[in-house]
Amino acid sequence: MRDRSFAPSRILIYLAVSLVAAAWLAPLVVVVLNSLRSNEEIAQASMIGWPRQWAWSNYAAAWSGFCVAETCAGIRPYMLNSALVTIPATIFSTMLGAIAGYAVSLWRFRGDNWIYGIVTLGLFLPQQMRLLPWTIVLRDIGLINTLTGLVLIHTIQGLSFTTLFCRNYYVAIPHELIRAARIDGAGFFRIFWRIILPLSGPILIVTVIWQFTHIWNEFLYGVTFTTGQQQPVTAALIALSAAVADIPQHGVQSAAVIIAALPTLLIYLLGGKYFVRGLTAGAVK
Amino acid sequence: MAALSIRALSKRYANLEVLKGIDLDIESGEFTVLVGPSGCGKSTLLNMVAGLDRPSAGTIEIGGRIVNDVAPKDRDIAMVFQSYALYPSMTVRQNITFGMECRHVPKAEQEKAVANVAKLLQIEPLLGRKPAQLSGGQRQRVAMGRALVRNPLLFLFDEPLSNLDAKLRVEMRMEIKRLHQRIGATIVYVTHDQIEAMTMATRIAVMHQGSVQQFADPDTVYRYPANLFVARFMGSPPMNTMPARLEAASDGAVVVIGAGRPDEVRLRLRGYDAAASFVGREVVFGIRPECIAEASRTFSSDAPVRVDAPVELVEPTGAETMVLLRLGGEPAMARISPDIRPAPGTTAAFALDTRRICLFDPETERLIA
Repeated sequence: MRDRSFAPSRILIYLAVSLVAAAWLAPLVVVVLNSLRSNEEIAQASMIGWPRQWAWSNYAAAWSGFCVAETCAGIRPYMLNSALVTIPATIFSTMLGAIAGYAVSLWRFRGDNWIYGIVTLGLFLPQQMRLLPWTIVLRDIGLINTLTGLVLIHTIQGLSFTTLFCRNYYVAIPHELIRAARIDGAGFFRIFWRIILPLSGPILIVTVIWQFTHIWNEFLYGVTFTTGQQQPVTAALIALSAAVADIPQHGVQSAAVIIAALPTLLIYLLGGKYFVRGLTAGAVK
Repeated sequence: MAALSIRALSKRYANLEVLKGIDLDIESGEFTVLVGPSGCGKSTLLNMVAGLDRPSAGTIEIGGRIVNDVAPKDRDIAMVFQSYALYPSMTVRQNITFGMECRHVPKAEQEKAVANVAKLLQIEPLLGRKPAQLSGGQRQRVAMGRALVRNPLLFLFDEPLSNLDAKLRVEMRMEIKRLHQRIGATIVYVTHDQIEAMTMATRIAVMHQGSVQQFADPDTVYRYPANLFVARFMGSPPMNTMPARLEAASDGAVVVIGAGRPDEVRLRLRGYDAAASFVGREVVFGIRPECIAEASRTFSSDAPVRVDAPVELVEPTGAETMVLLRLGGEPAMARISPDIRPAPGTTAAFALDTRRICLFDPETERLIA
């Protein structure tokens, strides 16, 4: 067999792929390098450069010493806020989406397609359009400037996506399974729990990764509905830049950005292969 | 006691009438097969008996109790599906006990029931496996085990053998029949395969376009098909049917095929008194392929009827030779001895069993005699 690894077309392909990868990775490289340079060094040289001295202290400062909006505890409390919003909202939206997807795909009822259509319509509404309605809702139920309010928003907004994905996964499950279970005497929730949920691994991984990254990275709701100590880390990062307007602290800021991005990076590294597999998973045989 | 009584059952989806007033009475211990081409409504009927679909009108009675508003689980039925519908994430044992678990049967009792069924179906070594690790025949057996363990008043089978290959299908067919003989259960079995119907049923309901065409034992359905649809659907190859004329004769009637042609065929009928009113009129003549054989066959009659017919095509199957010939210009299949191979294009002599002829009214398509 001919060795194809050095064929000219191959080399071209690798070249193109490397270029695209370099373009995508360049900002990350700049941020990572800056997070390891001292402020003086960045100020004297330029924003782009190799660290002369590894300034690991940036990370310590960003994590627990830096001042954001009059408190000097770093981004640690805001990381905790993000976790307190992201983890429950991911779990709730995934579970509710799985149940909703199961209901509209495997139980025929009057208006099922309408309900499915309206739920997934949420995917196509711009975020800005939903700000005002949410403001009114949160105000009326007293959840403005609370983490619980953000959990509520993300759970409900997330339903559009989780329902869509779970439904599309579940339609491949043979209806005869449901009918057999009904004759066996199982009801809606028992069938879900004992038969459907054990088959749902791949799609639940997809929705969990998707929901986690989106909710963690979400900025607009965080900055709109919370202030001060209640902000998630994405909103706090902006406050951090504002607080250092007099003397730019690019090193610490870069370190804070890296820390804030770590959870989603980890989730993707751990679950990435399941993510791709789950997206392409089809019928349950 | 009637295990299942269906009265004036109909089902309508928007403008489509899927079932048109079905009436069936199935006795306890019977093996009833609902057979018909796809789209005839047989599976819809079974689903309504199971409670998975609601009738538009009419009643369903199981064991003397009207069950129209009873949930599937409370109808005292068990069902075997075409795709087996085994729960993929459960072991064979869990598949079988799931129903009992839903009904809160004590653990010890569940164990005993599983042991009994596993022994009956010889699936003891499979109890710890998942459905994906089983072959088609094994899955089929587990699906039956799941039904048997309920010990219900009524077993429903929805094309359970359609997913198996031909050889396994024959084996499982015999196994299901043997099971029925052993436990004497009442079975309603849906299939599109008329051979399954003939071989297994104690009574067959032939369905077409949402109504029951004939409901009778297999011999009656085969020998006296109620109409042309049943005649052509049951039997493989199906009954030969062709236009003919009934003429008066000195001692009864003569059926003439291809009247006026040089090769017209005239067959004297005996014992077809019911056809008297059709003398001088057109009829549809029906004869099964096995009632046309090589000339030396006598059909245990003292005066066998012989005709000469042109041979068009010969299909040796090993067990028999199928011959496509022309009777008065009309095509007909004959089933002759395997070692006789008439040459296509020649004319050969054939023996006809004229006692087993069917005559149909060309307008209503119903059996005359």
